[in-house]
Amino acid sequence: MPRRIKLPNSRGYFGEFGGRYVIETLLPALEHLEKEYREAKKDPAFGKELHRLFREYAGRPTPLYFARRLTEHLGGAKIYLKREDLNHTGAHKLNNTLGQGLLAVRMGKKRVIAETGAGQHGVATATAAALFNLRCDVYMGAEDMVRQQLNVYRMKLLDASVTQVDSGTRTLKDATNEALRDWIASEATTHYIIGSVVGPHPYPMMVRDFQAVVGKETKKQILAHEKRLPDLLLACVGGGSNAIGLFHPFYYDDKVKMMGVEAGGFGSATGKHGASISKGRKGILHGNKTYLLQDKNGQVAPSHSISAGLDYPGVGPEHSFYAKTGRAEYVTISDKEAIKGFKLLSRLEGIMPALESSHAIAQVCKIAPAMRKNKIIVVCLSGRGDKDVDQLFEAGIS
Amino acid sequence: MGRIEKRFEELKKENRKALVLFLSAGDPDLKTTEELIPEIFNAGADIIEIGIPFSDPLADGPIIQASFVNALKGGVTPKKIMAMTHRLRRKTEKPIMFMSAYNLVFSYGKNGIVSFVNDARKAGLDGLILPDVIPEEAGDILPLLRKSGIDSVFLAAPTSGLKRIKKIAASSAGFLYYIAVKGVTGKQKSSPAEVKKQISLIRTVTDLPVCCGFGISNPKEAAAMSRIADGVIIGSALVKIIADAKNRTARIRNVVDFVKSVRRAMDDVRS
Repeated sequence: MPRRIKLPNSRGYFGEFGGRYVIETLLPALEHLEKEYREAKKDPAFGKELHRLFREYAGRPTPLYFARRLTEHLGGAKIYLKREDLNHTGAHKLNNTLGQGLLAVRMGKKRVIAETGAGQHGVATATAAALFNLRCDVYMGAEDMVRQQLNVYRMKLLDASVTQVDSGTRTLKDATNEALRDWIASEATTHYIIGSVVGPHPYPMMVRDFQAVVGKETKKQILAHEKRLPDLLLACVGGGSNAIGLFHPFYYDDKVKMMGVEAGGFGSATGKHGASISKGRKGILHGNKTYLLQDKNGQVAPSHSISAGLDYPGVGPEHSFYAKTGRAEYVTISDKEAIKGFKLLSRLEGIMPALESSHAIAQVCKIAPAMRKNKIIVVCLSGRGDKDVDQLFEAGIS
Repeated sequence: MGRIEKRFEELKKENRKALVLFLSAGDPDLKTTEELIPEIFNAGADIIEIGIPFSDPLADGPIIQASFVNALKGGVTPKKIMAMTHRLRRKTEKPIMFMSAYNLVFSYGKNGIVSFVNDARKAGLDGLILPDVIPEEAGDILPLLRKSGIDSVFLAAPTSGLKRIKKIAASSAGFLYYIAVKGVTGKQKSSPAEVKKQISLIRTVTDLPVCCGFGISNPKEAAAMSRIADGVIIGSALVKIIADAKNRTARIRNVVDFVKSVRRAMDDVRS
């Protein structure tokens, strides 16, 4: 069993990764947020209210579903799907925005801001803002707004304002820059709901804690189904919030292996991908030290993925730590393979996975056949694919 | 004594305040930057901050962002800026600083921060500002800077309380950079009354000179700020003048006129 350690330590480090690399203006806000969060975490009323919302509003616990036909088709290990696609708003993202929304109310903030790539986190933030009666501004890259028009419309229906970001690569990275710039000027009245386990401390820890409900439920559910823990956990990794949510509660269960699937894009040798851990180098972006796609001079390199949610040049520092220490393994799946995964799950199980989650499905297709039939894999089905149907149609996928 | 400290001593004797100017290296090209720097010094700047362009500058507003995009398109790199600084050092004894995102320092050359600090020392750099590094995260680089005689200038903000200001002052050398607005560069206007309050607080814990930056864009604002601070830092306004100029001659003329006008306004208010 790995030695019991504090993850992160008091300075927000997971080993050598994480920390707080921000302009001084934000430091007091981050210190305040950390203090408020730690107090909320200890307050039974906060936990009780969050779990009531999880249950009555979001529809949790989400099922752990034995994918019989997929398992038979692959002919190896037993495959379970953790159905985050059935969470309200269609992805795991709401777990975090309900948590942070509740915290924003507790801190007396009247406005929340968020960045979004695929739009799932934007929709989840807009949803929480509606529920908690908070003003909501979402920053979204111009490129992503085209790719995910319907999510833009959804956010507007939920009464959020969506601000188009035209700087840089006009995707998630730049939306995050713009949201941080907003927060530098507005922290007194505004809470910034970061959507993944990235950003400066305490965000990677706090978002993980809210997403850990995924792994905690999985643990209970798999014990009920199988009377034992799984052999392997599998999840896609962009920033990595669904993966950390699933992995973290199993951190000390050292017999449980973990595998994160990064976006291979056009192929990890082409340079057009989102594989920060597999292909990146240590660096500093968006307030933390982590593996980062960058050129030899330290300029952040544009990422690419068919799925907007994995199209990010960084990754959560806790994943970098798991990779460096060997606690989890990280692999890549290309755009093409992900589409195959999408089609296979749709046809065999009647479940359309988000293109992000399709990366995890594609990876399970690669490894399950070679595993013995008594082995158990849990795949995090982080979101549903409805949002991607347009994009697949446009691309002529049939 | 470093060049920055020396300059502040001279200014004190003359009863004048420091004028610090920021420009983005490589916008529109590095040759222009190299040509402009001596002109800016001659027009009355005490210290020049060379901005190393970064793909994702978090604390910067649209003007500096655009200048970085432009510079990066032209292929400017930290190494080329280092070489330019080396050449400038042979021509001037005035203090030159870098302002850089930490990732560019961290990823520099073969050995990251060690290579960066080595090259900076050889180039004759006087000071370094890393806006995304707070004193708590400076443990790796601070000892190297100190050993190399390069001043580490940390930032204090309107949101910083006394405890943080103490930490920031204890880690800083040369001067302390006070961020005059709650926001990014070149967007909001700073308010002298609020700045005054915070600077009084800073003065209770340190004898370092305090320079104000962010949200100061013209001679009038610079003059007002120089009544309360030991120096004034102007960035976006100068970067805009450089970007807007139609040709080389106009650019030099406009830059020199602007710097002179700020210098004059600041010197006129000296008490």
